[in-house]
Amino acid sequence: MCRLAAVTSRDYISPMEPVLALETMKEGHDGSGLGITMRDLGGEFEKLKEYPILSGICTRNGGRIIDDYMDKLGFELLHAWAPKIRKTKGIVSREFYFAKVYDYPKSYRDNPMHEKEDLLMNTRIALRRIGESDESIFAFSFYPDVITLKEVGDPLEVAEFFGLDRDGLKAKIVFAQGRQNTNYAIYLYACHPFFIQGFCSMTNGENTAFVPIREFLMGRGFPGYTGYNSDSEVFTHILHYTVRQLGFPLHYYKDVITPLKISEIEQRKDGDALRIMKQSLRPLCIDGPNMVIGFTPDGTCFMLHDSKKLRPGVVGGVKGKFALMSEECGVDSAVPKRDKQKDIFPMKYDMVIISPQAKEVKVWNQLHG
Amino acid sequence: MEPAARLDNNHQLSLKEFPYIIRWRDDRCKRCGRCTAVCPVKAIEPAVKVQRFVQSEGPVPTPTSARKIVQVVEQVTDMERYCTGCGTCTLVCPNEAIEPEYNQQHKFYHYKNKGGEPYKRGGRRNDPSVSTLDKLKFTRISMLTDPALDAGRHEFRVRTLLGRILPPEELPLSIADGKLVLDRKGGKFIPPVREIYPIMIGSMSVGALSPPMWEGLAMGVAYLNEIEGMPVVMCSGEGGMPPRLLRSKYLKYFIIQIASGYFGWDEIIHALPHMVEDPAAIEIKYGQGAKPGDGGLLMAQKVLKLIASIRGVPQFVDLSSPPTHQTKYSIEEAVAKMIQSMSMAWGFRVPVYPKISGTKTARAVLNNLARNPYAAALSIDGEDGGTGAAYNVSMDKMGHPIASNIRDCYLDLVKQGKQNELPLIAAGGIGKKGNLAANAAALIMLGASAVSIGKYIMQAAADCFGDEYNRCNLCNTGKCPRGITTQDPKLYRRLDTDKVAERVVEVFKAADVELKKIFAPMGRSTELPIGMSDGLSIEDKAVAERLEIHYAC
Repeated sequence: MCRLAAVTSRDYISPMEPVLALETMKEGHDGSGLGITMRDLGGEFEKLKEYPILSGICTRNGGRIIDDYMDKLGFELLHAWAPKIRKTKGIVSREFYFAKVYDYPKSYRDNPMHEKEDLLMNTRIALRRIGESDESIFAFSFYPDVITLKEVGDPLEVAEFFGLDRDGLKAKIVFAQGRQNTNYAIYLYACHPFFIQGFCSMTNGENTAFVPIREFLMGRGFPGYTGYNSDSEVFTHILHYTVRQLGFPLHYYKDVITPLKISEIEQRKDGDALRIMKQSLRPLCIDGPNMVIGFTPDGTCFMLHDSKKLRPGVVGGVKGKFALMSEECGVDSAVPKRDKQKDIFPMKYDMVIISPQAKEVKVWNQLHG
Repeated sequence: MEPAARLDNNHQLSLKEFPYIIRWRDDRCKRCGRCTAVCPVKAIEPAVKVQRFVQSEGPVPTPTSARKIVQVVEQVTDMERYCTGCGTCTLVCPNEAIEPEYNQQHKFYHYKNKGGEPYKRGGRRNDPSVSTLDKLKFTRISMLTDPALDAGRHEFRVRTLLGRILPPEELPLSIADGKLVLDRKGGKFIPPVREIYPIMIGSMSVGALSPPMWEGLAMGVAYLNEIEGMPVVMCSGEGGMPPRLLRSKYLKYFIIQIASGYFGWDEIIHALPHMVEDPAAIEIKYGQGAKPGDGGLLMAQKVLKLIASIRGVPQFVDLSSPPTHQTKYSIEEAVAKMIQSMSMAWGFRVPVYPKISGTKTARAVLNNLARNPYAAALSIDGEDGGTGAAYNVSMDKMGHPIASNIRDCYLDLVKQGKQNELPLIAAGGIGKKGNLAANAAALIMLGASAVSIGKYIMQAAADCFGDEYNRCNLCNTGKCPRGITTQDPKLYRRLDTDKVAERVVEVFKAADVELKKIFAPMGRSTELPIGMSDGLSIEDKAVAERLEIHYAC
């Protein structure tokens, strides 16, 4: 089973914080990999917030392909960052880990964000396709103010390998996943967190409804619904589909992936809408047991899980900093000075939503709408 | 020269030609005559014979032969009165003195065409081999990577949807105060959708079934809904419905079928203004898995007063429905107009869907329906479906297996992203070997939204004798020894309506537990695992490849 650690904060934090929280939950993961996604970046990225960042891994040849491809599309390189690698026993270093900040092609600079997002996503997918067969390019995310790093190994060691403890890299939201290796050969595209157009999520538990969900998403005709090297990638795409594509408020994500019974729907004020929504989105019911932690483009973070509650989670913190973790010890590590009495252990109808900048936390109850 | 045939019995068939041979035990028989009285086809009869025997009396052997008159039970060698193997004789025999035995070497089909009339029967395909459905296994077991659920503890929702479902992108929803609101003003048609139990009772008509059988099924279905909270629905078959039921609140548990003969629809149309509930759905029958290309057939001997009045026809005439809907010309007309007419009759409040027999052309029909926003589902009846009357050749040799037919259709919908919009109902051979829940679950994982059963429920709820060794299969003759498919009161009074209803409830409750025992270890409980094909495997590479599932050995 994987362990999840997310921190959302008003102030910039070091990405080491959730990694150290993962370390406290070490008994729950087998240390087979670390995935980390950061948004609202500080440090050298603080003044580049509106520019998209392509983050990934490449070979020397892959790097040349990326440069040529981006050049051809009209992207202008503004800044390049690379982790300060510290060779670590047990971690096989790849050639180049990178985060490159680009300015949009001139023809896109005045376009609405929706169109820019499509360009970024299509570019990321194209690069992925070009470099997938020979593993010359891994493109994890391409979006403003977001960096994603992934590598195989013990999470703490991988973080140190990336030099996150020494780099001045900071972020306000950091999602980290300590991976449980369910397929012995680890493929980086199968590592959480997953990201698409500003939406990100990581998940605990195996997704038993994966195949029907994947088939449904792939039938939506949206080019970003692809990949699926992990059964958990669909959780991110359902989030994106619900909020961005269908335009539903965030809490309906809960109604989509863990729908109520008809008798319960009838009690809701928006029951009429909910009933037909449930029918139309029936294949997206996750059926659990899963716990999902995610964020949306505006910086809202959330946690929820299905009714079986076999993959629990906990949220705790203080105003300005909240931790969303698989286990209580992770919260203790990330936000030790807090009132533990106020920790939230979401139950089957709950969706814990933390507003941007970690201003407030609220528990939305599905039963009461 | 006079042929010797008459002298050496050469004109007669030997018992070896017959599919069942009666094993009668002289030493056990008390000559009560029950077996011969009860035999539905008069295949056995009492006979008187002279027997020669050797006897010896006195202290030294002095064998002498003597003769005595004995009464025996004899099987006739008349092909018109062949033993069907039903075993009613065994059932009534107080001393276990008689039973039919299947004869593998029979040449029944060689002879059962007297007068140039091909063999007709009821039942289903006489193929006792293990079907694909029974070869499918559930191999994706959740364990340490994902805890298996507990069928006895976790909440399970074994439900499905019947009706056309809008694609999410077309939902008439708007947002007010952060909540979704159903926008009724836009005039967008929201098709009617029913939440039902994924195993339904398929179309068997009043007429094909005896009054106690049909009533028993109907009572069982009503009980399951009202008391057990299981929304099981049942299809009327072609032949209308009892008038009181049409006007009752229980109508909502029934799917009314319209077929090419339109039998019973005069009564239904007249009852429309008096209906207090809408039916669950309307099924338009275009084909039947057991006899593709054939229409319905109710033999004259079954058209008694009650049936004649419900169907609005004279008594004792053969009621054959044409193989096609004669008033409609093409698939576009036949399907679209019928769906439109039926929808209109109930003010577009009732799902309307066609039922076809399994066929290679099912995908063409499917794609036509996918473009028709009023089509509520597609029911496909595979080659192992049953019937009350059909030509043997149709039953045994015509039709398409359901597994690949459903899979092809589902994958076609997946390609179009419409797999949730048009539910597929699978029928034909579900529970053939008694594995109702397993067969249903397998079809659901191949892509069916629901399954329909017929023969299975007759066997399980009313002890139908029929099997794939051509046992009994007398449904067409009106001589059903169990009283299931007859209109003869002397026969159907053998059947207790309450017992049938009770068994229907037991069958569904047991199947429900079994479905949970399948879904729980696979980690599914909240939604029906429609299209969860990664859960299935089969020990046959070709089939695995064809169905796009795993091969396991």
